[in-house]
Amino acid sequence: MDLYEYQAKDLFAAHGVPVLPGKTVDTAEAAEAAAAELGTAVVVKAQVKTGGRGKAGGVKLAESPAEAKEKATAILGLDIKGHTVHQVLVTTASDIAEEYYFSFLLDRSNRTFLAMCSAEGGMEIEQLAVERPDALARIPIDAIAGVDKAKADEIVAAGKIPAVVAEQAADVIVKLWETFVAEDATLVEVNPLVRDPEDKVIALDGKVTLDENAGFRHPAHAELVDERTENALEAKAKAKGLNYVKLDGGTVGIIGNGAGLVMSTLDVVAYAGEKHGGQKPANFLDIGGGASAQVMADGLDVILGDPDVKSVFVNVFGGITACDAVANGIVEALKILGDGATKPLVVRLDGNNVVEGRQILADANHPLVTVVGTMDDAADKAAELAAAV
Amino acid sequence: MSIFLNENSKVIVQGLTGSEGTKHATKMLAAGTNIVGGVNARKAGTTVTIGGKDLKVFGTVEEAMKETGADVSVIFVPPKFAKDAVIEAIDAAIPLAVVITEGIPVHDSAYFWAHAVAKGNQTRIIGPNCPGIISPSKSNAGIIPADIAGPGPIGLVSKSGTLTYQMMYELKEFGFSTAIGIGGDPIIGTTHIDALEAFQADPETKAIVMIGEIGGDAEERAAAYIKENVTKPVVGYVAGFTAPEGKTMGHAGAIVSGSAGTAQAKKEALEAAGVKVGKTPSETAALMKEIIAAL
Repeated sequence: MDLYEYQAKDLFAAHGVPVLPGKTVDTAEAAEAAAAELGTAVVVKAQVKTGGRGKAGGVKLAESPAEAKEKATAILGLDIKGHTVHQVLVTTASDIAEEYYFSFLLDRSNRTFLAMCSAEGGMEIEQLAVERPDALARIPIDAIAGVDKAKADEIVAAGKIPAVVAEQAADVIVKLWETFVAEDATLVEVNPLVRDPEDKVIALDGKVTLDENAGFRHPAHAELVDERTENALEAKAKAKGLNYVKLDGGTVGIIGNGAGLVMSTLDVVAYAGEKHGGQKPANFLDIGGGASAQVMADGLDVILGDPDVKSVFVNVFGGITACDAVANGIVEALKILGDGATKPLVVRLDGNNVVEGRQILADANHPLVTVVGTMDDAADKAAELAAAV
Repeated sequence: MSIFLNENSKVIVQGLTGSEGTKHATKMLAAGTNIVGGVNARKAGTTVTIGGKDLKVFGTVEEAMKETGADVSVIFVPPKFAKDAVIEAIDAAIPLAVVITEGIPVHDSAYFWAHAVAKGNQTRIIGPNCPGIISPSKSNAGIIPADIAGPGPIGLVSKSGTLTYQMMYELKEFGFSTAIGIGGDPIIGTTHIDALEAFQADPETKAIVMIGEIGGDAEERAAAYIKENVTKPVVGYVAGFTAPEGKTMGHAGAIVSGSAGTAQAKKEALEAAGVKVGKTPSETAALMKEIIAAL
């Protein structure tokens, strides 16, 4: 789960990382009040989970509360790379002497963590990595030893952070490591980490990604979810414990078992859809190993509730789950949904107890259900049905 | 021959007495796996009967190994306790630990991997979040259904469980030396490259299927490895061509971030290494059929 800047900075502050005071608000009037309360020139910053906010006009300096109101009015509601701005962070404006870059992240290739540090912060890090790779230090971190003061000193030196703030920067890095570990983050990024004219080191921005698998030891993280920006169908699926992702521009609803098979199903449907006027998959939905009738009903309910969906492709390989159980699940699900089920279903079953499974669907003889023998043919049928609507 | 797991493997189950452990131990036994015991500190000293076989429950992996000569542990412990369970297996220096558990925090996986490295990599880890490994007719350590395909000349390595099953099913007429699901998490033990190296060295394996998916650069690195080191024919498949950037597709590791990790980039890297890459599972299977026919 990606956090907003203000949420990231709240976590930083909780772990002793220096940040500037600020307040997150969702109206221009509240922005004005927040600026008055801070009593300084402020920066009004769009809170969206994407980069390039500055270029998109989502970050503005305001010298007075009245100006903060004006800037907030302009920023709230703005669309930045498909993200609508619902909130702005009003924060003390800081004079900047220098900008640095710092992050901890997961290094999949080396199966450990990585610190990245540069004295040339501010710009987008991908750009820096390409244009000036030598300026970006990459230091592997041992997951057991972690980052102590000595390691932080090494990182600061490698990143060529100026000596005058090296001590402070190393302290900040130790605290950022504490944040990274204590919050089960997979990314903690500060860009820019700044030196102000008084040589104080401050995290001016913050980007944090939390590991949802670690939710069991962080009950407080659940409160960081912003339901306003969650897709309604995704929120509904999540509430039912389903692994669902809505895809834009699709017409074929997808249900399958196993993440890899479902991803593959999306591809196969997109290929088949090319022959049927460009039909595309409308979602990713993995019902997992034990596809009970209730899970199947929940999944169908979410997918049939998507107005974009014109047909549904149920693609199950009976591995652990037996096909007869899946077939019973489909029949039961259609009973549970009753008149709520209105769109054609193409079902492909293979694997464990496939003969029994297909027989159950044949016996049920539901007018909406078509059983097709292979994944490719079923994808083709589902795309054809979606195109026919 | 086969890789990592054979007819002589003696298997213990960490989490044997839990519902998942018991369910899959039953299936593994039915598939001919030589399960010799289980581990659960709270039930140490007891005996459970699974699939008609009496299995002793030990307090630790070390005790189980000493008593039974076990050399493989299959781990079904819930995510909360998985880190400690894997570390226990590593400390006992068991040669193979297969971590089936899904949903382990990545900091825990990073920690136990660092621990395995610190202990000199005496324990091969497969997973986490994987279906395990099967050497058909010899042994099955994990949750891959044993009846999909029998023994044969193909070696299979995959990030995804159900695509492993699908591909085994498509190629069941030929059979497999070993099929391994390495798992879809960002940090895993055994990689595509480890499996490719072992398949290359295994005389029974004549051709290899490699299944990847979006996220990370494991497939690209495997492609580079194949180019330099693998002389056996390799067929590849990558899932997730239509996955949008920034959306996690079920597996914690299956996410396209920026320009990295796309299916297209992986396909191109594999093809540049001489790997024939199918657009769909069925096309991939067809490519393998041609190769087998020409052997």
